[in-house]
Amino acid sequence: MAVVRLSGPESLAAVRSFFRPSGHVRELVSHHLYHGFLVDSTGRNVDEVMVVYMQPPRSYTCEEVVEVQCHGGQQIVRAILDLFLSHGLRLAQPGEFTYRAFMNGRLDLAQAEAVARLIHSRSDAARALALSQVEGRLSRAIHLFTEKLRRELVLVEAWIDFPEEDIPTQDTTRIKSQISEIIKEVSVLLDTFETGRVFVEGASILLIGRPNAGKSSLLNALLGEDRAIVTDIPGTTRDLLEEGLTIGGIPVRLIDTAGFRASVDPVELEGVRRASDKIHSADLVLLLVDGSRPCHQEDLLAYQACADVDTILVATKSDLGRAELDPSLAKMHRIDVSAKTGEGLDLLRQAVARNFAADGTELGESVVITEKRHNDALLKCRESLRRVAASLESRASLEFLSLDLRDALDSLSSISGEISTEDILGDIFSNFCIGK
Amino acid sequence: MADYGKKYQVIVVGAGHAGCEAALAAARMGCHVLLLTMGLDTVAMMSCNPAIGGLAKGHLVHEVDALGGEMALNIDATAIQFRRLNTRKGPAVRATRAQADRMAYSARMKRVLEAEPLLDLKQGVVVSVETIAGRAVGVKTREGVDFYGGAVVLTTGTFMRGLIHVGLNNYSGGRAGEPASLGLSDCLRDLGFTVGRLKTGTPARLAGRSIDFSKLERQDGDTNIRPFSFLSGTPEIEQAPCHIAYTNAATHDIIRSSLDRSPLYSGVIEGVGPRYCPSIEDKVVRFPERNAHQTFLEPEGRCSDEVYPSGMSTSLPPDVQLLFYRSMVGLESVEIMRPGYAIEYDFVEPTQIRPTLEAREISGLYHAGQINGTSGYEEAAAQGLLAGINAALQATDRAPITIGRDQAYIGVMVDDLVTQPTLEPYRMFTSRSEYRLLLREDNADQRLTELGRSVGLVSDQRWQVYQEKMEGILRGGARLAEQKIKPSDRETTASLGLDGLRNGVSFEDVLRRPEIGIGQLVELDGDLAKLAPAVLEQLEISTKYEGYIQRQLEQVARFRELEQVKIPGTLDFATVEGLSNEVREKLIEVQPETLGQAGRIQGVTPAALAVLNIHLRKKR
Repeated sequence: MAVVRLSGPESLAAVRSFFRPSGHVRELVSHHLYHGFLVDSTGRNVDEVMVVYMQPPRSYTCEEVVEVQCHGGQQIVRAILDLFLSHGLRLAQPGEFTYRAFMNGRLDLAQAEAVARLIHSRSDAARALALSQVEGRLSRAIHLFTEKLRRELVLVEAWIDFPEEDIPTQDTTRIKSQISEIIKEVSVLLDTFETGRVFVEGASILLIGRPNAGKSSLLNALLGEDRAIVTDIPGTTRDLLEEGLTIGGIPVRLIDTAGFRASVDPVELEGVRRASDKIHSADLVLLLVDGSRPCHQEDLLAYQACADVDTILVATKSDLGRAELDPSLAKMHRIDVSAKTGEGLDLLRQAVARNFAADGTELGESVVITEKRHNDALLKCRESLRRVAASLESRASLEFLSLDLRDALDSLSSISGEISTEDILGDIFSNFCIGK
Repeated sequence: MADYGKKYQVIVVGAGHAGCEAALAAARMGCHVLLLTMGLDTVAMMSCNPAIGGLAKGHLVHEVDALGGEMALNIDATAIQFRRLNTRKGPAVRATRAQADRMAYSARMKRVLEAEPLLDLKQGVVVSVETIAGRAVGVKTREGVDFYGGAVVLTTGTFMRGLIHVGLNNYSGGRAGEPASLGLSDCLRDLGFTVGRLKTGTPARLAGRSIDFSKLERQDGDTNIRPFSFLSGTPEIEQAPCHIAYTNAATHDIIRSSLDRSPLYSGVIEGVGPRYCPSIEDKVVRFPERNAHQTFLEPEGRCSDEVYPSGMSTSLPPDVQLLFYRSMVGLESVEIMRPGYAIEYDFVEPTQIRPTLEAREISGLYHAGQINGTSGYEEAAAQGLLAGINAALQATDRAPITIGRDQAYIGVMVDDLVTQPTLEPYRMFTSRSEYRLLLREDNADQRLTELGRSVGLVSDQRWQVYQEKMEGILRGGARLAEQKIKPSDRETTASLGLDGLRNGVSFEDVLRRPEIGIGQLVELDGDLAKLAPAVLEQLEISTKYEGYIQRQLEQVARFRELEQVKIPGTLDFATVEGLSNEVREKLIEVQPETLGQAGRIQGVTPAALAVLNIHLRKKR
């Protein structure tokens, strides 16, 4: 099945000229479903369809919208589109419905962006996140901050502009505690960005280990197909290989590296250097050691290289036996896997998902920052709030406080909706009895 | 009808606070000016409270002064009490407020008008604006005399179709005891203007001798008077006190039980009143939890016993007014001399005028003051001045001026007026300004005197005072940078609390410390001591608040980027693709002249602005 959506003032007229509803239907009533046939100008039936008309502004774009549910074949959809094009309509550009919804004020910027994410989301978790934002969860959180800050700004402005009026005496203690409270809440939201980013953009997971520790075999086992070249000759995989898959709902890029090796071969040295560089830009490192044999000095070399990043220790080749590891490695939680039998692969997948604090269903419930733009705006907001706090501490005059409070609100408004001076004044007049 | 014969270059209708500034400005710029008023005895009348200034309003008065207007000089000469507000806050939000002697204020302004050689002050009631091919050419009066001139400035106050409400009685009037102006707003409607209706109100005037001031808290003026004008010396006057009284539960009961006789609550009044200036009945209804409201009892002048109870405006019937005023402590046997009333009047939607205050559709016609939906003497004066300047510039074939939001409160106000719909009488507040820290009373001359000079309104005397100040700031700034305090200067470091100073520091660095004032440095340096107090003040502010001022200057730079993208007057917004109908309608209504202005129209989203920007770029 396919849906053809028409939006704009000509939509209903266009559908009217081709749609022959079953039964005695005079007018299409808004938000009712009608059965019938689309008929072209020669009287030929194009398709049997269901049609729903949505009167503005109760539609996705806030414009006049008609949706035609038709059969799903490409030829049929093409023929229906041709029908409407012949009436003078044009094809929508990618994302145009959302753009119009945004322009017509139905979606705020954060929601519109989330819709774009929804369309482009690569995983279920990302879809859940994007959906929660479309529903305005992030917007609601931002709105809450905005409301709180606005309340404080209203007080500050009232104290500035109406010194002789009958308003509560100036006392900044409450503002102080409010601001530090909001700083905390903004920080909590900011902390979700790492997780959120991983869910939307995907996590990069680096596989390192000495040559022939089984990196390529594990990669292939996780991907379920032969991507990396696997041979018994150590050091076969010389290039970084990037592969995409989903683990625990998280889009993941597995990055294979040339083995860590004490070598003088310039090609291998270059490979090792590149792997070391990659370690610090990866979200997670899988440190692979051959679990069937005692540790090699090169295992320790690899271990040291990933000392200060999130690392999971993977002992490979469990089908060949289980050897004790070096004491320095034994401190880490060890997951035994066999690429050959598949043993331990699920445990590994779970450990990876846990590392990103996540299974997707849980994430869908909470507010998570996924956009860099939102993250930057919140960072700026927090910076302004910290200046407000500092001004309060140094007992600076209120107009300086106001400057930073307004900056903080401006940062928030870049995520969703503006508040104008008129809004602030409106609040002052409704909260305080002002008037000479 | 008889043509008066004499050709004027600028005709100003109305001699209130806007009209007086407009007429004086145009005449001082060398134009032959006619100022027509309905009553020669009520020039520059304070129809409501007998005070000028306060937060943001005081800023406006300083700006009017810096441009060469009259209001500041007039109030400095006729004030009976001065107070500086917000003295504990920073310099940007300190403001001067003065109680005026109402009759003296009016009389002095009349004398100033009469003394202006190129200005003819006449009594007459204008009934229509005459136009030829979309251009204002003169006015017709009820008396049957027509006057012709180059430009017409309308400052009609509350007079156009004024309707006074006292209780459920109402009658036509422009102000208590004065007739309304009928016909003019019909003429404006016929010219194509959208005319709306607003409401305002005023309290009763009380007999001072019937008030027991001994029961009330007294509020005196400042001992150190800071006048409004950059040209005024310290006025040597004996100041009159104000007193503070309160309403109580009994007052509120009386008001509540009489609401059925209130024109506001019985629906007789259609016009919208200001939220920031509610009547006492409004306050009682909207804030039921309050058991007292404060009022300042302000004297109306030295030769009058009338007292103005601020914050107590009312349109309840006179018998209720008497009852509720008498329920207040100190006012038990008060006598009302004039009852309070509400007034509805016509205004012309200011989105129909340009930032020059000239009507978009009728060239040579300017609107200023309450006709633009504003309230307040200071707001009116500022607009009158700008309208007068631009009318004179047009009459002498010169390009008009506009004033930016980053330059002055006048600019903020005019931009708000021509961009935002008027939902209530507009009053200035400092919070309306994005660049509040830059728009201070103390630097209004630095912001505007050069502009005033360039149009020919700033006198040689004012120009000289200004230049001396600027020169002093330059000299003083250099002095602060070069003078150093050495650690070996034990006496100095001790007096400034700089014990333990390791390296030498400049005066400038020392002045940045919050605990140090410029007065302490003046005592150490003969050169600084020679500078005027106004100069020292600027040095102190620009040094102490340098960081904040810098931030605001950066904001201004960003603001100007959009402000510089001009939208050609020929652009048909209906042809811009990708705009929502709502945005398109707003743009067509307001006809913004720059991209920045377009962005300030409510409902014009950043996305819509981007679309407009792209369209303008494509056109280029």
